[in-house]
Amino acid sequence: MAVLEQTPPAVAKPSPTQPKKGWRKYWHLYAAISPFYLLFLAFGLFPVGFSLYLSFHRWDGLGTMEWAGLSQYQYLLSDTDFWNSIGNTIIIWALATFPMIFLAMVTAVMLNSAVRFKSLYRVAYFLPNVTSVVAIAIVFGSIFATNNGVVNAVLRGVGLDQVAWLNTPWGIKVTIAALMTWQWTGYNAIIFLAGLQTIPSDLYEAARMDGAGPVQTFFRITLPLLRPTLLFVLVVSTVTGLQSFSEPQVLLQTTTNDSTFAGGPGHSGQTMVLYFFQQTFDNNDFGYGAAVAWGIFLVVVLFSIINWRLVQRRGE
Amino acid sequence: MPSIKGSRRRAIGLHLPLIIGTVISAFPFYWAVIMSTHSSSEIFSYPPKLLPGTHFLENVRNLFDAIDFFGSMWNSLLVATSVTFLVLLFDSLAAFVFAKFEFPGKGLLFGMLMVIFMVPAQLSVIPQFVVMARIGWIGSMTALIVPAAANAFGIFWMRQYMKTAIHDELLDASKLDGANFLRQYWHVALPVVRPGLAFLGIFTFMGQWNDFAWPLIALTNPDNVTLQVALSQLNGTHGTTDYGIVMTGALLALIPLLIVFAIGAKQIIGDLAKGAVRG
Repeated sequence: MAVLEQTPPAVAKPSPTQPKKGWRKYWHLYAAISPFYLLFLAFGLFPVGFSLYLSFHRWDGLGTMEWAGLSQYQYLLSDTDFWNSIGNTIIIWALATFPMIFLAMVTAVMLNSAVRFKSLYRVAYFLPNVTSVVAIAIVFGSIFATNNGVVNAVLRGVGLDQVAWLNTPWGIKVTIAALMTWQWTGYNAIIFLAGLQTIPSDLYEAARMDGAGPVQTFFRITLPLLRPTLLFVLVVSTVTGLQSFSEPQVLLQTTTNDSTFAGGPGHSGQTMVLYFFQQTFDNNDFGYGAAVAWGIFLVVVLFSIINWRLVQRRGE
Repeated sequence: MPSIKGSRRRAIGLHLPLIIGTVISAFPFYWAVIMSTHSSSEIFSYPPKLLPGTHFLENVRNLFDAIDFFGSMWNSLLVATSVTFLVLLFDSLAAFVFAKFEFPGKGLLFGMLMVIFMVPAQLSVIPQFVVMARIGWIGSMTALIVPAAANAFGIFWMRQYMKTAIHDELLDASKLDGANFLRQYWHVALPVVRPGLAFLGIFTFMGQWNDFAWPLIALTNPDNVTLQVALSQLNGTHGTTDYGIVMTGALLALIPLLIVFAIGAKQIIGDLAKGAVRG
């Protein structure tokens, strides 16, 4: 909380000796910040407390709540569908994130040295990120379609077998990961580029004087100094990637008959958040849904800590 | 000195992969154009079409028959503009207070804000749904607008911006002139932070326009939904039968966003990257 210590010089000085008068003196300031806190009470604090309470109950959203103790969490631990969704989520995340970070970094290094058309490239690479996931997932569904998709046409064109992308366990995961990589590589490249531009150019100058090649320069200077940016990108990718919902939902909603949240044949594209929506809103199991939500929260926190540690340790 | 030939080869080596990247970034948009201009029998032929066809207007007509396109676009516009307006007002007011004033409990309240920033969305989905079902907001756009009317990210981001952008001397001078809090906010703070408001506004608008999970759950009346939900319905009913219609819908839904992006691209890319490096 270093930010808290850097508060600017006070315009109005607090008077701790007369609290009652103080409250009256500052009422306009409290009023000015109140909308956020009121909304937070209604849609933030209360929900978090209520979802904890709910996870110890059985409830279909309409009837009376029944106390269930820890049984929802016990069931969660032995629920193979939930574990399946954790596995799917992590595989899709890894398939998307590592190529994405690699490609984004390479792109950023190239943009940093190519002077011409830099701002044009930046706009072109950022474009995928501003488009709606729903619209673009529909487009990707058609690009990866089995019979008339362009990916299979290319595969056939070079003499390879076509793949049933949206009907096989790995095909589904690769398609979702391809969509995420497409949407986020340019965004992360622009963030890496901003990080690269903070590295003083005389460091590169000195490295060249010492006879370092481009590869050596990258690993000895660029990568270590880019670590804070890499950490930011990794944490954001983890938090958003592990909560993916729209991509698999839209891509796979028509591939099974049992639920639009099923995540394709064999549930092989069902992410954790899809499973949460299926349990809560298709099965009307609000109590178990709340327990699943806390399970997701735990997985995301654990995963973020692990990632953070990995990047930090390499820095020492 | 590198030879002219060498530097040209270097330029090609740099620009070739960058151009390939640009093509990959742009291809899905091009593909949507191709698909939305062909009839479904043309789409299902082999080899796939790579040039635009002639059935665009027919697809648009069929699209308008299949879903209430303008009704749902109006809903999306209503939600995105209302939320953007409210977020700009509430977030900038709160940010101004946190950036420039001292009052009892400030540290605690701001600390809370930072914690709230990190609470994941799923935890509040069920209780939010239950509360809104009780007060009768489920099915209406109010369910989308009210919870999004102020947010921790915007307050935090605007506060950082205001701390350096608004000079204390300016506030002191306006106070000597007898300006009260609201006048200071309106006449001193807001004019200075206009570029920051533009970034937050565009960012909020695009986020709301693209929001999908919560609208899908909260808008229970299938005839009164936002554009993203309508698109998803269209994909669910026509996705395997008529690509042309679905693609036309996807393409038309992208256009308003591309316009907003075209207006604010420079601002968005610059400010976003700055924030990431600073943070």
